[in-house]
Amino acid sequence: MSEFNKVSLQRAKRHLLIMAVLGLGIVPLMYFTGLMPIETVNMLGRYLCFAIVAVGLDLIWGYTGILSMCQALFFTVGAYGMGMYMAHQYPSADNPLIPQSLYVVYPYDIGQGKGEEILPWFWWPFKYFPLAVILSILVPCLMAALVGLGGFFSRVRGVYFAILTQAITVAAFLFFSNNDMFLCGTNGLSQFRTFLGFDLGDDKLKLIMYMMTALSLLGVVGLCQYVVHSRFGRILVAVRDAEPALRFQGYKPHHFKMIAFAFAGAIAGLGGMLYTPQMQIITPSNMAPIESILIVVWVAVGGRGTLTGAVIGALFVNLIYSWLTSPISIGSVQVWSPDFWPILLGLLFIAVVLVIPTGVVNIKLPSFGRKKEVKA
Amino acid sequence: MSVTAPAFDAINYPMECPDVNSLWAKKYILALQNITAVFDGFKALDLHAFAIEHNELRVIIGPNGAGKTTFCDIVSGKTRPTTGQVYFDGQDITSLSEMAIALKGVGRKFQTPTVYDSLTTFENMELALPGNQNPWRNLIHKHSADDREKIFHQLERVRLADDAHTPAKYLSHGQRQWLAISSLILSGPKLLLVDEPAAGLTDAETVLTAELLLELRGDHTVVVIEHDMDFVRQLEARVTVFNEGQILAEGSLDTVRENEEVKEAYLGR
Repeated sequence: MSEFNKVSLQRAKRHLLIMAVLGLGIVPLMYFTGLMPIETVNMLGRYLCFAIVAVGLDLIWGYTGILSMCQALFFTVGAYGMGMYMAHQYPSADNPLIPQSLYVVYPYDIGQGKGEEILPWFWWPFKYFPLAVILSILVPCLMAALVGLGGFFSRVRGVYFAILTQAITVAAFLFFSNNDMFLCGTNGLSQFRTFLGFDLGDDKLKLIMYMMTALSLLGVVGLCQYVVHSRFGRILVAVRDAEPALRFQGYKPHHFKMIAFAFAGAIAGLGGMLYTPQMQIITPSNMAPIESILIVVWVAVGGRGTLTGAVIGALFVNLIYSWLTSPISIGSVQVWSPDFWPILLGLLFIAVVLVIPTGVVNIKLPSFGRKKEVKA
Repeated sequence: MSVTAPAFDAINYPMECPDVNSLWAKKYILALQNITAVFDGFKALDLHAFAIEHNELRVIIGPNGAGKTTFCDIVSGKTRPTTGQVYFDGQDITSLSEMAIALKGVGRKFQTPTVYDSLTTFENMELALPGNQNPWRNLIHKHSADDREKIFHQLERVRLADDAHTPAKYLSHGQRQWLAISSLILSGPKLLLVDEPAAGLTDAETVLTAELLLELRGDHTVVVIEHDMDFVRQLEARVTVFNEGQILAEGSLDTVRENEEVKEAYLGR
């Protein structure tokens, strides 16, 4: 390992430690001391799910230079996986085999008539929790591998790949919105009552889900840090810098790209899987093309190619989103309307590109007596 | 794996080499036969026969658009020839991918030195180490102390050791040239295609570059493509002149320079 890499790895470990202290220490502490309501913990939990996807995108975009517009698709597929498991926990009164979620959309469409409904085949594996967990990660992973196989092996690169992924997202959005696909169409999955034996309104479940998400995020960040500091990671950076040159050294860049892309797909699936129990509804609108673009915005705002930046960006943009989509009034004068949000988001993005093109993570802070870092 | 030596047309090849048909695999590491490369009706390269001997240092010169870089592209697999065959080390490599050709032992330095900008000089060299191309193994692979020594030995040779941990984007043009050549040497190919190694270098830098290439003579096959006549003179190698995609002359630099056709091609009519 080179010295340059060592410095970078030390910094990465420090960031991971800070994240662990904040996520697993400060937030639960604030909750138990009553400083933070459970709703806020739940909201943070959902935003951490977004941070997980953002880390995956940073691996393939920030490090490898693959701009993907379908991370929200992989996220939503993972979310549907867990959603189908949760839907199974609330069977309909008429036919205990059929989840209520499915039943309200297709009262008599499934099967011949009342009482003879047939559970669509792909709903079966999601009855079992371990299978649901595995499939929620594996299916997006395989989908990503397939997209990579089609795109990278035929040397589709740069903006053309971004357009390809966007087209796939739109196609998948239409697929999931279609009623005939037995995924409850635009209604999505929402008839949930319990999860792992807890009532969904239970504060304990919300806290547990928050902790699970925070732990998963730390695991994902740690794993990605390992990958980018391995020789594999340096080859990913080489793909970004000069992909054709790698081929003349005997490397197969498309293999590296496909593995990274499939890995990012699995990460997105994991984020989605953790999202459903916290959001308690999942619909195709979660994979609308705009959602994938937002993920790109989070990473760009936070700082590409840093992993930490992706986490900061996802939390930062979403927190100001949650703050600025509620009206703010001073006295009787409304000074802020939620309608202003898209404009602000646009301005924010322009500001980041102009003022801090390397992202929020690279804003220079006073070093608090820390040793000066080697020039990066 | 023994591959039957394909026929190689020696008659039209202007080298004094009798009975190459049986000997060529031993004598030549690279042989091109009836190669043409046509882009949109424009014939960029038209080589009836061309070959490089084992452990030879060969210089290819020629005016702009003579097909020198196209020759490199075809040998390294970047471009498919329209017709003809390329034989390397006794095997037909015409239809192989650039990855497969690189793994067979053809290394290449591009006209504009390609280095990985964000990686440090050391990391650039590390990626050039041979035999680590498998993606999965790269997840756990660590370079050995021996590799490290080899890298630093080469970097000291080109005065880059002090910049070993500087990202390559901060290197000067000359340093990038040397880094690109050093990575190529480190990867230990059987055949080195070096496209314009002296382009944009100062005279002092050119001397070191020539030394590097001369050091390889004897146990490496090197093909150098160059414009700079002083540089070519330092290499003291056999020279092939390309013009309009064809071989115009071949021989020592002095004989080639005396050739009327060459003068005409260079100075214009």
